[in-house]
Amino acid sequence: MKKYDAIVIGAGHNGIANAAFLQKAGLDVLLVEKNTWLGGAAVSRNLHEDWIYSNCSYVCSLLRPEIYRALDLGKYGLQVVPYGGSVTISENGDYLAAYDDADATRREIMRHSPRDADAEHRFNRDIMRQCRFIRQFLLRTAPDPASFKPRDLLELLHIGKKFWGLGEETIYDTIRFYTMSISEFLDEYFESDLLKASHAGSGIIGSAMGVMSPGTAYVLLHHAMGDVDGSAGAWGFARGGMGAVSNSMHACFEDHGGTTLAGSGVDQIVVKDGKVTGVALENGDEHYADVVVSNMTLPRTFLECMDAKDLQPEFLEKCRNFKIRGSSGKLNIALEGVPEFPALRGNKELQKADMHLIDSIERLERAYDDWKDGIWSQDPYIDMLIPSMTDPTMAPPGKHFMSVFVQYVPPKIRGKDWTDEDRDGFRDTVLNQIEDYAPGFKNLIAHVEVRTPRELEDEVGLTEGNIFQGELTMDQLLFNRPIPGYAQYRGPVSGLWMCGSSNHPGGGVMGAPGANAAREILMDLKKPNTVPEGWLDD
Amino acid sequence: MTKKAIIIGAGHNGLVCAAYLARGGVDVTVLEAADQVGGAAITREFATDIRVSAGAHLLYALDEGIRRDLALERYGLRMAAQDLYTIALHSDGEYVSMADGTLGGPAATEDDKLAMAKYHRQMNRFAKIIWDLKGQLPPRLGTTDSKDLTSLGKLGLAIRRLGVEDMREFLRITGINVYDILQERFDSELLKGALSLDGTLGTFLGPRSNNSVFCALHRYNQGKDFAIPEGGMGTVSTALDGAARAAGAKIRTGHRVASIDMDHDRACGVTLENGETLNADIVVSNADPKTTFERLLGQRHIEAGFANRIHHIRTRGCVAKLHLALDGPPQFAGLDGEQRGQRLVIAPDLQYVEHAFNHAKYGEHSARPVMEINVPTVHDDTLAPAGTHVLSANVQWAPYDLKAGWSEAKDAFLTICLDTLEAYAPGLKAQVTASELLTPADLEAEFGMTGGHWHHQELALDAFYMIRPVPGAAQYATPVNGLYLCGAGSHPGGGVMGCAGRNAAKAVLAGQ
Repeated sequence: MKKYDAIVIGAGHNGIANAAFLQKAGLDVLLVEKNTWLGGAAVSRNLHEDWIYSNCSYVCSLLRPEIYRALDLGKYGLQVVPYGGSVTISENGDYLAAYDDADATRREIMRHSPRDADAEHRFNRDIMRQCRFIRQFLLRTAPDPASFKPRDLLELLHIGKKFWGLGEETIYDTIRFYTMSISEFLDEYFESDLLKASHAGSGIIGSAMGVMSPGTAYVLLHHAMGDVDGSAGAWGFARGGMGAVSNSMHACFEDHGGTTLAGSGVDQIVVKDGKVTGVALENGDEHYADVVVSNMTLPRTFLECMDAKDLQPEFLEKCRNFKIRGSSGKLNIALEGVPEFPALRGNKELQKADMHLIDSIERLERAYDDWKDGIWSQDPYIDMLIPSMTDPTMAPPGKHFMSVFVQYVPPKIRGKDWTDEDRDGFRDTVLNQIEDYAPGFKNLIAHVEVRTPRELEDEVGLTEGNIFQGELTMDQLLFNRPIPGYAQYRGPVSGLWMCGSSNHPGGGVMGAPGANAAREILMDLKKPNTVPEGWLDD
Repeated sequence: MTKKAIIIGAGHNGLVCAAYLARGGVDVTVLEAADQVGGAAITREFATDIRVSAGAHLLYALDEGIRRDLALERYGLRMAAQDLYTIALHSDGEYVSMADGTLGGPAATEDDKLAMAKYHRQMNRFAKIIWDLKGQLPPRLGTTDSKDLTSLGKLGLAIRRLGVEDMREFLRITGINVYDILQERFDSELLKGALSLDGTLGTFLGPRSNNSVFCALHRYNQGKDFAIPEGGMGTVSTALDGAARAAGAKIRTGHRVASIDMDHDRACGVTLENGETLNADIVVSNADPKTTFERLLGQRHIEAGFANRIHHIRTRGCVAKLHLALDGPPQFAGLDGEQRGQRLVIAPDLQYVEHAFNHAKYGEHSARPVMEINVPTVHDDTLAPAGTHVLSANVQWAPYDLKAGWSEAKDAFLTICLDTLEAYAPGLKAQVTASELLTPADLEAEFGMTGGHWHHQELALDAFYMIRPVPGAAQYATPVNGLYLCGAGSHPGGGVMGCAGRNAAKAVLAGQ
């Protein structure tokens, strides 16, 4: 049977990006995907009549512009459209909006607290400083601090120089920023609880921590370090849904002659005398290559798709201890019309914005307490968008698609697997929550798709439904991600590689893990590098 | 000519600082508001003829070097009990004991015994790294100063020396939470609950809050097991007082400082509440940073960015202190007389501790609190009349800024504490002849630490070493010329170590 140069497992956006870079470098790559559709969690699904759902990830910002350019994604049909700011709606019928126009935003914050309007400037400046610092390391391979290889020592030195270059005050602020909770961090700037809540949301999205848990300030950074067309921190929609990201990457992959097999998952990664030889699919087929790249989560790759005898028990233990707890759920809703939020007082612009239903730090934290006790938040934090207001291709004329992201949702209900009753209960909690803010909303519903961690794991393969393929805590960042000693995309078996978000720098539809893995593979194969490295912006 | 120094506060750190400064040839005067020295390390009556360590109640961190240098034994420091180990109480008497990494008691499983040995070995190695920082003047970052770079280099080397496996583990866990690392290692819920207390006691963290591993290491690194001084913690302070006086320091109790005085851009002395003003070349404050800069000095004397940092120091105390007089020895389920004298912990499982913490986040006290208990009278008959026993317990969480207000809620919380104890020591309530509950608000009132916080501010990665108490004052000298800090708010924090006081003295002497 034909032997490929490399087999990539999983056609999520990182897998496709990885395959595309390898193919571009002249390798003969096979991309295998268990689902009949491509894209993993960056996908557009047509599940009800003429509606298109971005049914997992739903907005785009972190995708590295270097990758966009290197794979020429524009040519292959990716168009990212920025959307109009954000608004946080409070229960008492008020709201706090953030517009593209900084002056408008300032006037809006003044309405709540003149002091905070000034603090917002300091806040944005400090966050941007942190973004500019971290962005330099996203498209680089993390050094191994325990190694004495020149390459690792040089990279450590590189990071150290950049860090020192921040200057004394900023260095101290950076250490504090990385170790503080988002609520403590915000307390140092703001007095308005509504403003704090509107910022704090980004500190917990997808994370198994509460706004008062130290370490959440970094998670906010993880959501702020992207950009749209060079406008830093901005978020946008991929025209046609998030599938456009994966599809454009895949078009690039095929254009360079890559092969794709969709519809049968990998049963096992085959290892012979300590070397990877290929993959055996669930349908019985076998495919061969000396290089196998897994875009699956760390536990799925090593605990489900490999034979334990091919791995060290210590390594397996570390895989079992990998923190990948799901904390989010999602509702994708087909609407007959636009829901009216009385609090917005007919401000049509804000219907295009990212809507947050929350108004205090305490409510956010209490939502987390429910998760700790193994139930979905009874008063959940909702991050809600109507992409069809900006991108008409998402729904039939006059109708709309609403993406509702919900925090917190546990991977198990009080230690037991999710049942359909649980799922319906979760759905009702969320729909009622929205109805409270938008009376009559329920009457507009044409169809609802409910995504609990169970669906995310079963359909997309995200273990425990964790949207980042592993929690973004200090024990799993940079050289600790996914496992200390394995942070350079190389698996524990020769020829086995990892390119999923379980690896540095993590999830969020960045494409960076896929790209970094490709660079490492090409380096080992002594092939010309096709992958951008470092920070090529401005 | 000899320099004159004034030290504000005769807490243990103030006294240590005084002793070292005096030995360094500085003319030192210590001013203490209370009528006895010691700050939160004191022994005092809480009921007729019945005395207790009213603040800190276990000695486990006092720096060996200080103890030797100042010959504290010569000034009366004696231990009533040493090498106390920890027993995690269980209402059915199915307790587990932890002595130097060895598990005992009915609830100890074989797997947990093995896991504990490994955990103990690793934690001690990791803790050593933090321990070795305690005697250090923290470096500044971003400089090219060789002294700064050397101490950072030493730290890096120490971490390297752990060897590949331990180094990786150290870098993995130091930033996270005890819940995760305990779940990885142990089976017994009781054991995990009790160990989680090491990471959360005295802090505003639950087992699941990141930073709690760091706090556990900070406690662990204090190396040796727990001890109880004869005559209570006050003995430590009187010994330090003796050593300081012997070295030539003047110590005046009952003198409350009202303000730190400035001569243009430098501190030149203090004014007492009775109006008396005292001049000095150097003013060293054992008071917490907030009190020092906001109340005693006044924000107008510091630059805005620094004032902002001081203002946002987290000083929300969350531990209450419970003192009970008992007409007989408490009968803890499953424990014998010898065990009764150990460090007893009520933290039956991680969930229980996490729930106890949840309340604190919203300004409520725990409905079912966790406790660290000891019964000093088992070892020390100088505290109370024969036959009478004293129970001393740290109880959390009891946040300083209780929504309901402590005057309202105090009695209710005392009842909760007694009911909790009753569940683990049946009949205890009937033995109580007198009781005292000190909320963080009471601790603030009695000892003067803002928020009633043990460490003068949260002990956390964002407030440790070169960023404790705040950037710009981490080397004990402050932006105000002639004004130094020597309290628990500075590196390496509280816990009756004395390190902050000695380091501050070194910094002052180096600055001359």
